[in-house]
Amino acid sequence: MDVVLETRGLTRTFGRVVAAEDVNVQIRSGERVGLVGPNGAGKTTFLNLITGYIRPDRGRILYRGTDITGLPPRTITRMGIVRSFQIPQLYPGLTVLENMLLAIAARSGRGMDFWNPLRREHEVAEAMELLAAFNLADHAERPVGELPEGGRKLLDVAMALALRPAVLLMDEPTSGVSTRDKFEVMEVLMEVLRRSGVTTLFVEHDMEVVYRYAERVLVFHSGRVVADGDPQTLFADAAVRRAVLGWE
Amino acid sequence: MKLHRLGGLILIVLFVGLGLLLPGWSRFLLTLALARGLLVLGVVLLMQAGLVSFGHGLFFAAGAYAVGFAVRDLGVRDAFLVAILGAGAGLGIALCIGPLLARYRGIFFAMLTLAFSMILYGILVKAYRITGGTDGLRIAPPAFLGWSSPEEHLGSVLYLFTLAATAGMVFLVFQYLRSPLGYTMRAIRDNEVRVEYLGLSVSRALYLAILLVGAMGGLGGALNAMSVGHVDPNLVYWTTSGEFVFVALLGGTGSVFAPLVGSIVFEFLRTYAYKYIPYTWQMGLGLIMLAILGFAPGGLWTLYELIARRMSGWTWSWKRGA
Amino acid sequence: MEQLAIILMDGLVYASWLFLISAGLTLIYGVLRILNLAHGSLYALGAYAAASAVLFYFDRGLWPPGSYVALLGAALIIGIVAGPLIERGLLRWIYGRDPVYQLLATYALFLILEDGMKLVWGVNPYYAYRPYGLLGTVQLGGIPYPGYSILLIGVALLAGGGLSLFIRFTRIGRLVVAIIHDPEISVALGANVSRLFLLTFTLGTILAALGGAFTAPMISVVPGLSVEVIVLAFAVVVIGGLGSLEGSVIGALLVGVVRSLMVHRIPELELFAIYLVMALVLLFRPQGLFAIEEVRRV
Ligand SMILES: Nc1ncnc2c1ncn2[C@@H]1O[C@H](COP(=O)(O)OP(=O)(O)OP(=O)(O)O)[C@@H](O)[C@H]1O
Ligand SMILES: [Mg+2]
Repeated sequence: MDVVLETRGLTRTFGRVVAAEDVNVQIRSGERVGLVGPNGAGKTTFLNLITGYIRPDRGRILYRGTDITGLPPRTITRMGIVRSFQIPQLYPGLTVLENMLLAIAARSGRGMDFWNPLRREHEVAEAMELLAAFNLADHAERPVGELPEGGRKLLDVAMALALRPAVLLMDEPTSGVSTRDKFEVMEVLMEVLRRSGVTTLFVEHDMEVVYRYAERVLVFHSGRVVADGDPQTLFADAAVRRAVLGWE
Repeated sequence: MKLHRLGGLILIVLFVGLGLLLPGWSRFLLTLALARGLLVLGVVLLMQAGLVSFGHGLFFAAGAYAVGFAVRDLGVRDAFLVAILGAGAGLGIALCIGPLLARYRGIFFAMLTLAFSMILYGILVKAYRITGGTDGLRIAPPAFLGWSSPEEHLGSVLYLFTLAATAGMVFLVFQYLRSPLGYTMRAIRDNEVRVEYLGLSVSRALYLAILLVGAMGGLGGALNAMSVGHVDPNLVYWTTSGEFVFVALLGGTGSVFAPLVGSIVFEFLRTYAYKYIPYTWQMGLGLIMLAILGFAPGGLWTLYELIARRMSGWTWSWKRGA
Repeated sequence: MEQLAIILMDGLVYASWLFLISAGLTLIYGVLRILNLAHGSLYALGAYAAASAVLFYFDRGLWPPGSYVALLGAALIIGIVAGPLIERGLLRWIYGRDPVYQLLATYALFLILEDGMKLVWGVNPYYAYRPYGLLGTVQLGGIPYPGYSILLIGVALLAGGGLSLFIRFTRIGRLVVAIIHDPEISVALGANVSRLFLLTFTLGTILAALGGAFTAPMISVVPGLSVEVIVLAFAVVVIGGLGSLEGSVIGALLVGVVRSLMVHRIPELELFAIYLVMALVLLFRPQGLFAIEEVRRV
């Protein structure tokens, strides 16, 4: 199968902390990959590196064979690699709907449009449809600042989805979301992603979610990828469980 | 939408009537208030992105001196041409300093704009052979497409001209603010990281805003210069820029009309204040600013909104453009 | 050769002055995270107070060299009175607020102080040049040089030295450094932070007033000093990196020497010297020479 995303020898330190060390990963088209590991293992750093938020000290990042190392997030996003955030990155001064509409406008190439209104009927319809999928439709006209944590988390993911990514990176998409909503939303989300063949990487602490929705799991520890395989095999491995996941 | 247009139309008719009925000196003040309102509108626009410009006099003076030079050196007297030249001068300055300014936020942006305006002030004062130094330049009354207004009607004609230009700009800004790019400005204030992660360029959006604001400021400067008939370096002195910021705060950011309302109130306030408290004018401004910051961050527009909430429907507001 | 020496000397004098006006600004920013736009007004206050003090002093016909104590006293009084008044009265209400809000609030303060000074001292210039003349000229390797300029260098050295001793060897000083490097610490500090902020702001005010006071004998003290000073101080601080004391020393020296070079060689460009240095530094290190670039966690 064709490799979409590849990292070679990715390394990054913050002072004395090694947040990524010689990370070599190949992601194939359409794969759904779970990223797991204890706090501070370097999962978020990995996403930050891929999307150009921080630069690696060493190593390369290839997207469909093109070197994208050192490109800014904006350019990488436009190439189709889109992410959502561990700490929701929203516009608290705008309403939920406006947050979505801006994402949709950006995707439709209207980012620099200074004449036509942001609210266009078909774009509003699209936004509402997406919001509905994330159980947010009722909050559409509320300022984001008033949304509870779980709602903001979901909106963050919804905005990423609105960009129609080729590769979607999600950083703990459902942390802070109530257990009831969690599986409901994940079910819809993963189904959409599967159907549209979006290559998906998601960081997740809830192993049940990983087990259900990942075809492949990367285990991070101290900035390294220490295990890589399908969830069944990996979670059966006692060493991985004890040392890395903290399970018995 | 229809109702919004109607609201705008009513306002324009109202202003036309007002200008023609008012006595000369208050019509003159109203003209200045509208011209300066364009600068304030620019300040408010940048504030949407979280940027405070303490050097808006830069664009004001650029437009004004462009008029001065055009009249003196090129013999251009046509108001339309002169207005375009003024806007062009503001745009030119914005083109040059925009790329640098667009990289900075917060205090950096504020101080850089202030520094640029002080540099221009220095140049205007020192290059007196070209600029007339602190004396400035006199500007002959403009003509309108070959027609010279009789002396006694010049004030009214200039008022209508300024009103038309201002109305045009307000409409432009209104369109801009409810467009994706306009929303991007507010998004930048809230979260630049996510703007970039939507694939949008923060610096490009800001640069475009600075260009718009620069051209609009230049136009304001030109209109102001035509009515006053004189330009001098005070146009770019920090006190002038400071007043724009003050009026922006006074009017509030509730609507595209707020800066104009603020500007009108301010212009009349100042005329009286100069009479009664010439030495404590700045202090008064400072105290009022603190009061607004502390008790009414929305500015005068909050008052208006309190009243208008009942008859809501036809105002143009920033937040809900459509 | 001789000219080079003069250029360097002039540069050093100017740098001393720049350090005095910018050290307080950067210190206050580092700890309180507020860029005080009224910093230039504190400088002007110092200058006015010093001018009045000196004139008063000589009116009494007192021992002339004692006028330097009058300068120092004026600066201290301004710092100790205005500092706490402003911190308690205004700044503490705006800590942690939106930067736009803080900017506007200190700008308002600047406007108020500007006219406040006009009310107290009027609009006519004050000439308090006697302390300047007292020191005559000294011979520096055969070159005559104004003694008062040497004194200014001394004052800057003392202020800088005192500041670095305070920071290195007192408990509060070390706390100040810790907060500059990691603002989160101030949250953990709880109630004590209020006193620390008060102290820091007062210290910064004293530095600004000191700069004004010792400049007063060299200039005519008139309204409008403040704006130039705040812009220059900001430029110096930005070159070094906001919040960095070492940075403000380097920034002051850099700008001082470049300006002096321009004054002697290309006087037309003198006005732009500082902005040129600032633009160059910001082009290559947008966060300034000494500040660390911080990445916001997402
Ligand atoms: N911008 C930064 N500056 C300094 N240190 C950082 C920065 N970003 C990450 N680190 C450090 O790098 C290490 C890896 O952090 P990272 O956020 O990637 O972990 P993580 O696996 O996402 O953890 P968590 O599950 O808690 O989100 C941590 O020790 C963290 O403190
Ligand atoms: Mg993380």
